[in-house]
Amino acid sequence: MQWSRVIALLALACASCTAPAPMEGHAPGPRTFPASDIAKGANLAALGNCVTCHTAPGGKPFAGGYALKTPFGTVHGTNITPDEATGIGRWSEEDFRRALREGLNPAGHHYYPAFPYAYFTHLTDEDIHALYAFVMTREAVHAETPANTVVVPRFAVAIWNARYLHPGPARSDPARDASWNRGAYLADSLAHCSDCHTPRDKLGGEKSAEYLSGGDVDGWHAPALNEHSPSPVPWNVEALETYLATGLADHHAISAGPMRGVVDNLGRASHGDVHALAVYIAGMERSSPHRARGSEAADSSAQRGKQVYAGACADCHTRGRSADGGALPLEEAIALAIPTPSNLIHIVRDGIVPREDRAQPWMPAFRGALTDEQLVDLLAYLRTIDGVEWNDLNEQVRKADKEPG
Amino acid sequence: MITLEVNGHRHDVDVDPSTPLLYVLRGELALNAAKFGCGLGQCGSCTVMVDGEAIYSCITPVSTLAGRRITTVEGLGTVDKPGPVQRAFIEEQAAQCGYCIPGMMMRAQALLEKNPGASEDEIRKALEPNLCRCGTHMRILRAVARAGKLMGAK
Amino acid sequence: MRRREFLATGGALVIAFSIPRAAWAQDAEGAKLPGSLGKTPMLDSWIRIGTDGSITVFTGKCELGQGVRTALQQVAAEQLAVAFDRVTMVTADTERTPDEGFTSGSNSMKDSGTAILNAAAQARELLIAEAAKRLAVPSTQLVARDGSIVAPDGRRVAYGELVEGQLLHVNAQPHSTLIDRASRRVMGKPVQRVDIPGKVTGGVAYVQDLRLPGMVHARVVRPPQPGAKLRSLDASAARAMPGVVDVVRDGNFVAVIARSEFEAVRAMRALSDSATWDDGSLPPQEIHAHLLGLASKDTVIADRGTATSPAQYESTYHRPYHMHGAIGPSCAVGLLQDGKLTVWTHTQGVYPLRAAIAELVKMPPDKVHCIHMEGSGCYGHNGADDAGGDAALLAVTHPGRPVRVQHMREQEHSWEPYGPAMVTKARASLGADGRIVSWEFDVWSNTHSTRPGKAGNLAAGMLVASPFAASPPGTIPQPEGGGDRNSIPLYSVPRVKVTSRFIPEMPLRVSALRGLGAYMNVFSIESFMDELAVAAKADPVGFRLRHLDDPRAVSVVQAVAERFGWSTWQREPGHGRGFAFARYKNLAAYFAIAMDVEVTRESGEIRVGRVCCAIDSGEAVNPDGIRNQTEGGVVQSLSWTMLEAVTWDAKRITSRDWGRYPVIRFQHVPRSLDVQVIDRPGEPFLGTGEAAQGPTAAALANAVADATGVRIRDIPLNPARVAATLRRV
Ligand code: FES
Ligand code: FES
Repeated sequence: MQWSRVIALLALACASCTAPAPMEGHAPGPRTFPASDIAKGANLAALGNCVTCHTAPGGKPFAGGYALKTPFGTVHGTNITPDEATGIGRWSEEDFRRALREGLNPAGHHYYPAFPYAYFTHLTDEDIHALYAFVMTREAVHAETPANTVVVPRFAVAIWNARYLHPGPARSDPARDASWNRGAYLADSLAHCSDCHTPRDKLGGEKSAEYLSGGDVDGWHAPALNEHSPSPVPWNVEALETYLATGLADHHAISAGPMRGVVDNLGRASHGDVHALAVYIAGMERSSPHRARGSEAADSSAQRGKQVYAGACADCHTRGRSADGGALPLEEAIALAIPTPSNLIHIVRDGIVPREDRAQPWMPAFRGALTDEQLVDLLAYLRTIDGVEWNDLNEQVRKADKEPG
Repeated sequence: MITLEVNGHRHDVDVDPSTPLLYVLRGELALNAAKFGCGLGQCGSCTVMVDGEAIYSCITPVSTLAGRRITTVEGLGTVDKPGPVQRAFIEEQAAQCGYCIPGMMMRAQALLEKNPGASEDEIRKALEPNLCRCGTHMRILRAVARAGKLMGAK
Repeated sequence: MRRREFLATGGALVIAFSIPRAAWAQDAEGAKLPGSLGKTPMLDSWIRIGTDGSITVFTGKCELGQGVRTALQQVAAEQLAVAFDRVTMVTADTERTPDEGFTSGSNSMKDSGTAILNAAAQARELLIAEAAKRLAVPSTQLVARDGSIVAPDGRRVAYGELVEGQLLHVNAQPHSTLIDRASRRVMGKPVQRVDIPGKVTGGVAYVQDLRLPGMVHARVVRPPQPGAKLRSLDASAARAMPGVVDVVRDGNFVAVIARSEFEAVRAMRALSDSATWDDGSLPPQEIHAHLLGLASKDTVIADRGTATSPAQYESTYHRPYHMHGAIGPSCAVGLLQDGKLTVWTHTQGVYPLRAAIAELVKMPPDKVHCIHMEGSGCYGHNGADDAGGDAALLAVTHPGRPVRVQHMREQEHSWEPYGPAMVTKARASLGADGRIVSWEFDVWSNTHSTRPGKAGNLAAGMLVASPFAASPPGTIPQPEGGGDRNSIPLYSVPRVKVTSRFIPEMPLRVSALRGLGAYMNVFSIESFMDELAVAAKADPVGFRLRHLDDPRAVSVVQAVAERFGWSTWQREPGHGRGFAFARYKNLAAYFAIAMDVEVTRESGEIRVGRVCCAIDSGEAVNPDGIRNQTEGGVVQSLSWTMLEAVTWDAKRITSRDWGRYPVIRFQHVPRSLDVQVIDRPGEPFLGTGEAAQGPTAAALANAVADATGVRIRDIPLNPARVAATLRRV
């Protein structure tokens, strides 16, 4: 795991590595809000994918406990239900605003920047109010966030903030239409797309010059969304909107990995906002078709991999999605076009398996069916389809085993 | 010609190397336990063990299996000498139609070989990939827990 | 191996005897014969005893995984006074067993169990009478024990010695003396199922496992949507593939036959890719509105008391199409040899299937032989008969060769006849005393049976170039009912009016799914009972008891309330409890259930915690079998009710696999599930398999309403629907 990523992840530890916040001066917020505010907040929370990092697997929504493993220990997403003892039940709206805009808890301690306040800082007052109305009307869950096992130098955050926190409104462009501007606002604030899709520097800050050029998260690669998009089939607004709302668009792979949770949430967000996100992002994408640089499957590993492919993959992936049992032709699969095989390794091993209560397409898991050597061979063959330069396949496969899938 | 080691016996099979293991088990080797349920890696009726791991035999080509250890329900015991998992399923009467059961047993075997003392939550989690349409789940859970005890007691 | 060889030759091992087809179903005095003896009264149609003492019992019912083979064997062994293992059962086979129609409706114990019970008891009486002659001892002094008739002086005659001649070739009598309850050894005991050891050790247990010498494998190619017409088919690629024996096309029926199974699968894919079709059609996705717009034939099936004021309360409920979704896709093996067609099938009715196949292949029925072999659980009329028809059609094109056909998962999901989508509407008024004073109920439904009997009810019969007519969709009359099964409340209410609104036109192919209309009607009635209890500010259990007169109904309700701890239940945040009751078909098993659930408002996820239920299905022949079936009914109903719905778009059925048609998995089955079997020795067998589904669905909805304060009346209560509904309020 990259150092930059570690810094970012450590941020979640903050609230519990500082002393409990003194509450004097902060009145508990109101518990009743107009239904329209709550509904607006629900939409925004879906766009922000908040529930993902604030919910433990199998746990109560927003009650925290989501564990992130780092080389420095485990940190947990916090309880943001209105429980007074363990959640944010005693926060005023001002406390809430400060947390989102400045990354400070009510006691004035810093959060670490994996809590994406560097994006939320651009949120409007009205949107913060709606989000507040939403979270404060959730079911209060008494759930202690598990103790983190991390010691972090807090001064680093102040320095970090000076460099990377740019409060103020989001970008806007009067020359563009309302959809684009709405999309830009959402993408850069609440949806925090670039949190994953932009590479980070040593301090865990975004490399702003490489905005949306692709990043890494939890052992997965988040592909470039800008003109460097490796997508074999260029995205257009319609396809991207469908993908964001359902996780599935024609000629594109099904959503997987960390993006799964994002699209699950976006599926519940307003169509207009999802459309706006699609307008903004697709507007950045290149429009010419990607040229596959297929090369010959020369080495013996790739030759063996071709056999594996013929048996394990070809029956589905050569037939296209409209056929029974058919799946996306791999020439169209983005996992074969990104700079690392990490996504492909996860997908082959664990499949893309729907939750039991969701109706979704299904790629089966090959864990145990293929040995690590066979997986390396398969990758050696598959990298020839798009001509990507994946190196150290053995090392990549070994490493991916350790990382969460 | 591919040589497969199934339940400790070596078999030379002459099939297209892309043929999924399931069809070779049921066809060439005339073994009944592993079942065709979906052919899509979604239901687990075809589950067998390869090198101690539960896998979907319906999507695993035989080309990848040379030199690896394949175990099916037939390798766990016989009617006269049932293995612990088989015994436990009989004692708990853990079957309705029973079509899903061989797959369940193999997934249970893979779990219990590593962790015979698996808790109910661990058993539920491990069996999650396997579907049963008759609703025999509660009995299957009891049978796997019982099998764990039988295996642990050995 | 031993078992496999036995079964593999089972079809050829035909014992020659004829089943007398009596035109009358009553004995001389006109008394009714018990169970299926009415239709097949000759005793040796049911029981044969060899001179070697071997005992074979014949049933026209099929083992479907419900354990009926074991239960019937128990009944026979008990009444014949032999050890359980001494009896060999032969199940549904058109050349060997009585015609007992379909194995459905939880009727097997009632029909076949009752027949065998009485036939075996009568056979025992005949053996005793014969022994009395031979031993010159009054029959009252003789007892049947372990396959012999024993005299007080210790002399004994084995059954085998007594059966010379035509001892059992006699008509059944209406009343035989049953082994008295106190001395029973097998009936009422939790005997282990005879089929399970083979199933858990890789025996030949299913038709899917049948391997005949020279057998070839077939796969069909089905149209992309109902009504699609094959425009072109280029079979050349498929024909050139390794192992391919033949490509068969007859109109829109397309199949490929190959030497091995996977070769057939591959060729089927190639064939499918090379076919072009003219579109058929699918109904609009707003299916309930669409159904209500179709013409219906309305029948008032209950009308008592007189209407007073307009109803105070009204609720409407919806159910989607559900699929049977057998874990193993349907399969059959056909063989045409010496002018005779044999089909090994997991149909629920070998005789009706024989009729349909005879029509399909244009052969006289007596040249067609259908043998039941188990398949994966079917839960009603699924693709089993279709597979039988496919195998028959293909077998006649290749005489002398056994042809095995199995459907692919997507074919099973998209072609099986579904359990029908339905709409119900309930209206009621409460009196000042908190009792229901009037009740009206309307149910809109397609037919719940398009089972064969006619070739047009088989997929192959619909697809061939000269398609066959199906039997017209019909209703099943009350009191059993089809779509209106269980639509008349069992509760005592002064004014009741129930209207069955039968919709003949079927937007999607439908047929019998476990419980038929009872699942939806009980879901509706028992949901509505809770809604009325809330309105009456009454406890749901007390409210039900207030309206129940039948003591057996009262006792299942009380048994469950007690075991669950209804009156002492403590609420935790997010949790709720639900109760429901029904008597299946209003004339079969009594069933009540209570459960607690936890609902996560945000995600809409339901977790089922503790479930307690009780069943009274009359005399319990195998209590563990009843428990097993009931557990299965509860879990399957939870799956239907929490998760399942058939989906489609303009082009095709989209719920074609388990990804698009999710069903319950281990993480979501209840934390615990307790079944009490209330045994009623001496009472008639009432059947078990379909008692639990309706009440379980309602108990779930009631528990969700109790947990959230929000009533959901549309199935499925999946997370998306629950969360969306909760967000709206
Ligand atoms: S048959 Fe292999 S997973 Fe279903
Ligand atoms: S027992 Fe029938 S599918 Fe599991």
